[in-house]
Amino acid sequence: MSGTVASTARVKGTSLWADARGRLIANKAATASLIFLVLMTIVSIIGPMVSPHPYDRVYTDYVRLQPSLSAYPHAEQIGPGVERVAARIRARAETVEMRGETVRVTLVSPQRAIDERNLAFFDRSDLFHAARVVERHEEGRRLVIEAPIEWKYFLFGTDGNGRDLLTRTLIAGRVSLSIGLLATFVALVIGVSYGAISGFIGGRTDAIMMRIVDVLYSLPFIFFVILLVVFFGRNFVLMFLAVGAIEWLDMARIVRGQTLSLKRQEFVQAAEALGVGSKGILARHIVPNTLGPVVVYMTLLVPKVILLESFLSFLGLGVQEPMTSWGVLINDGARNIQGATWMLLWPAVFLTSTLFALNFLGDGLRDALDPKDR
Amino acid sequence: MLIYILKRLASAIPTLFVIVTLSFFLIRFAPGGPFDVEQQLDEVVLANLNRHFGLDQPLWMQYALYLGGLLRGDFGPSFILRDFTVSELIMSGLPVSITIGLLSLGLALMIGVVFGSIAAFKQNRSADYSVMVFATMGITVPTFVVGPILQIVFGLTLAWLPLGGWNDGAIRNLIMPVLVLALPQVAVVARLTRAAMIETLRANHIRTLRSQGLPTLTITRHALRGALLPVVSYLGPAAAALLTGSIVVENIFSLPGVGRYFVEGALNRDYTLVMGTVVLVAVFVLVFNLIVDVLYAVLDPRVRFEG
Amino acid sequence: MSLLTFTRRAALAVALLAGTTIGAMAQVTLNRGLDGDPTTLDPHKTSTVTDAHVLRDLYEGLLIHDNRGQVAAGVAERWERSADGRTYTFFLRANARWSNGDPVTAEDFVFSMRRVVDPATAAQYASILFPILNAERINRNQGASVDQLGVRAVNATTLEITLNTPVPFFLELLTHQTALPVHPASVRQHGEAFVRAGNKVSNGAYTLLEQSPGSHVRLRKNPAFHDAANVRIDIVNHIPIRDTAAGARRFVAGELHLTVDIPADQLRQLRQQLGNQVSVTPLLGTHYMAFNTAKAPFSDRRVRQALSMAIDREFIAEQIWQGTAIAATSFIPPGMSNFGEAPQPSWVNLSAIDREERAKALLREAGFTAANPLKVQIRFNMTDNNRASMIAIADQWKQIGVETTFISTDARTHFNFLRERGDMDVARAGWIADYNDAQNFLFLLESTNTLNYSRWVSPAYDAIMARAAAEGNLERRAVILREAAAMVSEEQVYAPFLYFTNRNLVSSRLQGFVGNPRAAFASRYMSLTN
Repeated sequence: MSGTVASTARVKGTSLWADARGRLIANKAATASLIFLVLMTIVSIIGPMVSPHPYDRVYTDYVRLQPSLSAYPHAEQIGPGVERVAARIRARAETVEMRGETVRVTLVSPQRAIDERNLAFFDRSDLFHAARVVERHEEGRRLVIEAPIEWKYFLFGTDGNGRDLLTRTLIAGRVSLSIGLLATFVALVIGVSYGAISGFIGGRTDAIMMRIVDVLYSLPFIFFVILLVVFFGRNFVLMFLAVGAIEWLDMARIVRGQTLSLKRQEFVQAAEALGVGSKGILARHIVPNTLGPVVVYMTLLVPKVILLESFLSFLGLGVQEPMTSWGVLINDGARNIQGATWMLLWPAVFLTSTLFALNFLGDGLRDALDPKDR
Repeated sequence: MLIYILKRLASAIPTLFVIVTLSFFLIRFAPGGPFDVEQQLDEVVLANLNRHFGLDQPLWMQYALYLGGLLRGDFGPSFILRDFTVSELIMSGLPVSITIGLLSLGLALMIGVVFGSIAAFKQNRSADYSVMVFATMGITVPTFVVGPILQIVFGLTLAWLPLGGWNDGAIRNLIMPVLVLALPQVAVVARLTRAAMIETLRANHIRTLRSQGLPTLTITRHALRGALLPVVSYLGPAAAALLTGSIVVENIFSLPGVGRYFVEGALNRDYTLVMGTVVLVAVFVLVFNLIVDVLYAVLDPRVRFEG
Repeated sequence: MSLLTFTRRAALAVALLAGTTIGAMAQVTLNRGLDGDPTTLDPHKTSTVTDAHVLRDLYEGLLIHDNRGQVAAGVAERWERSADGRTYTFFLRANARWSNGDPVTAEDFVFSMRRVVDPATAAQYASILFPILNAERINRNQGASVDQLGVRAVNATTLEITLNTPVPFFLELLTHQTALPVHPASVRQHGEAFVRAGNKVSNGAYTLLEQSPGSHVRLRKNPAFHDAANVRIDIVNHIPIRDTAAGARRFVAGELHLTVDIPADQLRQLRQQLGNQVSVTPLLGTHYMAFNTAKAPFSDRRVRQALSMAIDREFIAEQIWQGTAIAATSFIPPGMSNFGEAPQPSWVNLSAIDREERAKALLREAGFTAANPLKVQIRFNMTDNNRASMIAIADQWKQIGVETTFISTDARTHFNFLRERGDMDVARAGWIADYNDAQNFLFLLESTNTLNYSRWVSPAYDAIMARAAAEGNLERRAVILREAAAMVSEEQVYAPFLYFTNRNLVSSRLQGFVGNPRAAFASRYMSLTN
């Protein structure tokens, strides 16, 4: 008997989801959000691979660089750049001349001949390619050299260590999105089944199950999370699996509340009267009917977990370097808000737009899945 | 109902016991102790300190002593803030946290319910979208970003409000922290209200009211009753979250609340302070959940107490 | 509400009236930031620099730091040292008073110092007084009782302190907050609660008016203080600032006159905005990387030298810390007393390219090649500045072919791990002088020291340190200490990379603030102009 119920449920289910899909597509905001999220995911995955800057590459000459559409170095950076190289060579840059794509420098060292091995510092610098000596004067104490300028783009600027913020924002997207999805998935599975079972069975079982939730609820969440970081801090996947395993509580309560109400509604009682088994009622009537609020809650939970991660970053408990997350970047940015606005702006735009999209998608899903409209 | 409440309170005691035990051993098994700091102490001194705070005794003994103290209402002295007992620290911070917490919760409820209702009534119309976009903003921007921005705008640029300090709860000092704390809650409340309201507006009894051409206000009143259910069940955790989650606001606005103790207590391994905050939150949540359940019953006659 | 307003106004009026009758002048209030709550206002339980800022205002020791961080006369007007250097006699000023009017006597100091070394007090810095006869034995519970401590009141204004052995930096030790006196009568009366506002009797320029954790410690000028005539500020609010960026904004808004930290990453912008109100001055402290010398390949000196050489300290100081830290090549910070010029590692004058080639060559010698690169795991306690520094160091090590990974933890985990000798390659640590003497740094590397994070065991080094401890002549002792420091430099057990600094925002209205290497910023020397 249960087999027939299950198969009917599947048939019915398909049409419900097909219906929902149709409604979802009709919802422009939700569709746009979905497309945005897919794009964001793709960009976060592929972006760091195609970016000319590895996410952990430090450009020592480009610390806290402003975002710019034109290639670096800008004209005003060439002079100081040459001087920095000259200082390491232990010489003085007497003249610096821009000649198209190369820079021509006269290096002077008052006492000793300039050690030409040191010219490697031009190549080592992030501003120039390998330099070559054009003229030698005064027994090598005066050198004229030419070095091609090395052009680089930093569309989002760089961070406090001189790493490309665009690449880091994208790689952070990977981390933040996967953390959010992972924890939410764990919470969803535990929460929905726990809540539905508790609410549906009712009576003593419900009381005991909800007592357990109460106990877990009453633990200060932050304390728990900090301890998790202290214990599992080195493994963020584990860490956020654990976060998901805590975050299911709200989900369970919401589903239970819904179940309690649903249980008394006519269609459920009708099903019961028709002799549909508990499993069947749960799977066919209760769980689908709680989906509206669950989806709403889920779309709040993904951003909530992403925000929780950013809160941990605020406390200095974020992901391990050289990895990063939007939370870590935004926290760095928030501290630099007056000095280097772009360090806050770009990660914040990514985070906020993603969270917005998640929210709109959730609304859309909610409307689409609403069983009352069937 | 009274019996139910008493029963619930009585059953809270084993809950508390489980929580205290769990937290006690969790924090003790965390690596590091309260005196592990960059400028480390001489080992002789460390031994004296451990003896002074009873850390040299076996763990089960410390646990028994702690439970004994707890039964007498003694939370012990703080390991880090050595001039104060844990009770004193919590008591001095609690009024601050409760003030900003309740104010922001009230603000969030007010704005959130209004926004959510507007959105529901005008579902899928531009008013819906604009209201929800605005409300959603609150939850998409972390508080540690909103805080500094408000400080720069209202404190520095406009120079209307002080940037920090408690100042005995002067309203000027409260505006920004309360606002920052309320914003994310507004978003949640508005969304929950909207979702539940849409559901309720479709319910048969409301449809009937609508078809009878009753004024919107009357319908709203009826609809709100049902729509507030999910909002109400959200209040319990929200209240606890306001207590524990206010550390960002406390740090940015230099407020002497208890929020920072949750974080600093755990990070500093201030064992007694951590336990104090754990008990505080547990009691807080238990009481709030009880209130929520009672409210739930009042709002939804379909839910009856079983117990 | 109107009633409340009325009572407030009435209270205000009374307060104003009281104010006018006393001084007829508006009270001058100084708001200074603190980098957190003071852990205690009991000078004997104190352990942090944060406490010291407040305690310096509340109490006056035998000797004090003046506003330039120099040792100066405090309660002791003058002092004598015996020929063998083991006995000091302090002559207390006759007009030294507690805030309740009691005279500050030699007996008070005897009481206080006994209290510090009493193991029951659990004083966090009892070790500061260990040079005093029997102090360590008492504190270790090794059979000596507190009345055997080598501190004696000859008469009410004469105090005699006897040491175990001559310790040339003893006077410096007495400036530490742990050596401050407490008022015996109020300690006896109130027990631990003597630190509370209302109970607290202090002998410094200020008394405790109010303490609210997380909010402020409010001090009021102490009229009984012997130099009260020269104290310009009536009320001092020490305000804990947990978010330095927000603290800087409060400073800009005029809510704070002085801060004790600056967000390093905002320095450039703050300099533009505030000009010379930004003050960065050297402090006696060093950030260093500790190599685990008990573990291969870090037991190999060549590996340690190579890694240390490859650190571009100027870059970290100037670019990462924006000039709020100073590049360090020697473990002992400059400006240390009784020490002279700190010995530098032999490679310090090499050009950058030579350093790099030497480093690569050393690694090759130690058996590391491109096919078999050196792998290093860097452990550090998580702060924004530490993180940025470690990323920079990892990048610099990459330049010589080293592969790095990070483990960052919270501070308690990190320092417990170091103390407990967990398995590690390289760890970041820092040390700030407790007293102005090189011994306070060099003792960290003695074989038996639990803070010897490198687990370095060198009998030769221990012998040098023992010789230094036995040497009473300051100049000869300095030579010996430099020998020890040279050994540390050559071995690169620790790779120092930055010196700590004081980073203050100082209002242009605030006079009398001097950035000094001891972070001694007593409010009594300050004044506010309009």
